[in-house]
Amino acid sequence: MGMGLLIDFSRCVGCGACSSACKEQNKLPEKIDEVLTAYTWTIVQQKEGINVRSFCMHCDVPTCASVCPVAALTKTPEGPVVYDGERCMGCRYCMMACPFQIPKYQWDRPVPVVGKCIMCAGRLKEGKQTACAEACQYEATTFGKKEDLIWEARTRIRSKPGAYVDHVYGLTEAGGTSVIMISNVPFEKLGMKTNLPADPPAMRTWQVLSNIPDFVGVWAVCLYGVHWITARREDVAKAESHNNGRGDRS
Amino acid sequence: MNATATLYPRRFRPGFWTAVFVLLFLAFCAVTVIRYTKGLGAVTHLSDRFPWGLWIGFDLLCGVGLAAGAFTLTAVVHLFNLKRFEPIVRPTILTGFLGYSFVIVALLFDLGQPWRIWHAIVYWNPHSVMFEVAWCVMLYTTVLAVEFSPVVFEYFGFHAPARIIHRLITPLVIIGVLLSTLHQSSLGSLYLIVPSKLHPLWYSPMLPLHFYISAIGAGIGMVVLESYLSKRAFHRHLEMDLLEPLARGMVVCLGIYGLMRLQAIHRNHALGSIFNFSYEGQMFLIEFTLGVILPVVLMSFRRLRSDPDWLVGGAFLAVLGFVMNRLNVSITGMEAASGTRYIPSVMEIIVSVGLVATGMAVFAFAVRTFNIFPGGPVSQTLEQEEGA
Repeated sequence: MGMGLLIDFSRCVGCGACSSACKEQNKLPEKIDEVLTAYTWTIVQQKEGINVRSFCMHCDVPTCASVCPVAALTKTPEGPVVYDGERCMGCRYCMMACPFQIPKYQWDRPVPVVGKCIMCAGRLKEGKQTACAEACQYEATTFGKKEDLIWEARTRIRSKPGAYVDHVYGLTEAGGTSVIMISNVPFEKLGMKTNLPADPPAMRTWQVLSNIPDFVGVWAVCLYGVHWITARREDVAKAESHNNGRGDRS
Repeated sequence: MNATATLYPRRFRPGFWTAVFVLLFLAFCAVTVIRYTKGLGAVTHLSDRFPWGLWIGFDLLCGVGLAAGAFTLTAVVHLFNLKRFEPIVRPTILTGFLGYSFVIVALLFDLGQPWRIWHAIVYWNPHSVMFEVAWCVMLYTTVLAVEFSPVVFEYFGFHAPARIIHRLITPLVIIGVLLSTLHQSSLGSLYLIVPSKLHPLWYSPMLPLHFYISAIGAGIGMVVLESYLSKRAFHRHLEMDLLEPLARGMVVCLGIYGLMRLQAIHRNHALGSIFNFSYEGQMFLIEFTLGVILPVVLMSFRRLRSDPDWLVGGAFLAVLGFVMNRLNVSITGMEAASGTRYIPSVMEIIVSVGLVATGMAVFAFAVRTFNIFPGGPVSQTLEQEEGA
């Protein structure tokens, strides 16, 4: 099932240590933007009196990876959805398609790439946890195996009845994500997308694309068939008019 | 000579249009320099919230769609064997080829790192609709170039290659129709992945089919329009005996398309949002009334179809409706979910208009030079008329 992150909005104090740690780890410009940008991959915003962290959800079946024409975005077995800036040609279909509107672009650069959280994929390979989870002093961001995190999230919700919204965000959204979130304020009030289908959006296009080889075969035969019939009709018409011309119409 | 001058007063106006074209070209060059030195943000109104704008909505979606006349007419002539349409095949293939070249050049502006456009050939992702579109556009542009090449071969007097291509025309046309079917519909499939973002007036699981059928309808409309424009520019007569039956085909396509659109909206339970005076509802009403209902009704009357002015008007409406639809899918329908408004910048418009103008100039050059219209290169026919 891979690794993941559990975000608990009720425990977050909004110190911003995760953002700073992320900046340092990924060698991004120091200034923390107010919204997610190609240079700020995780932010904490005050909404409805609580602190809401947002960054890439690392979908189980990532829409961005499915739409990328050059496979610059890929899901690793450990969980992170990583990005290869050397492959990307900048079509920005990932930005269009992402149900969480996460990938951002370097609009101000002549040689731009996409910027988004990569869940410290390099650190994970070395067996370390993400920089943001290491920096968090309040267990608002917890790193771990995703199954353990789901158990932990449910335990927190159950142990304090009424304190949490009874929903683990990310279990079904867009087909499930490696990052899961729990909150003491309803998610829709925090401006988070709660209308996302439980089947991964990538399936909708794959249903069409996977039928293309069959379709091409049938359509090619149909088209040739039409040509065959019309050409034959022309031959017959020619032969008939030829016969008519000689007057031996039987 | 005086008689010619009164007959063709237009011939004295190129001075004005040349000036417009030169100014546009200079502006185009300036924007190009800024775009490649300062980045996309300096010339466009695109943003993280709205990453696809005019260059995708108009240049890509409309450029490819309006070139659909080429595969439609080659199929009509070479597969359905309706040889009487042959005289208008060459200009249509030329328009198709120029349309696709226009799309590729526009992509060189829109892609963040256009020098990597070849990556789609090397790095594969068969799960991506964009990957399929990239391959189909690449291959079909090649097919169009081959289909057009006999014209150039003839000009230089190479008859052997022209004969070879003539013999291969059936498989070539079949490949062209296959590729067109795939990517015309796939431009709609591009939006299948955003069910939670695209407004229900436009989103539908049937988007690929909507895009395909409307492209055939508008592609035919373009054939009529381009015959009309050539008529005006080069004083040719309008081939009414060919265009009138084509308009019938257009009515059938648009009719089917209109019904499918209404069914899709009904299935989305969004019929109500047509008349709720919302921004999307009003844009839909304009698109659908002007671009579908009106041309279908008008072109259903034989008397109007047979009148050159009405015919051109009907074709223009179909093309306009098509362009509005693509802009509504790519811009209007995506705005609410993005939480922002997108209006293209002047510089984005300069690039799009500049590319269209270049395409028209190349078309004019080609029909003057090559044997594209029945009766030979236009300059020669003009001289003949003047001599007479």
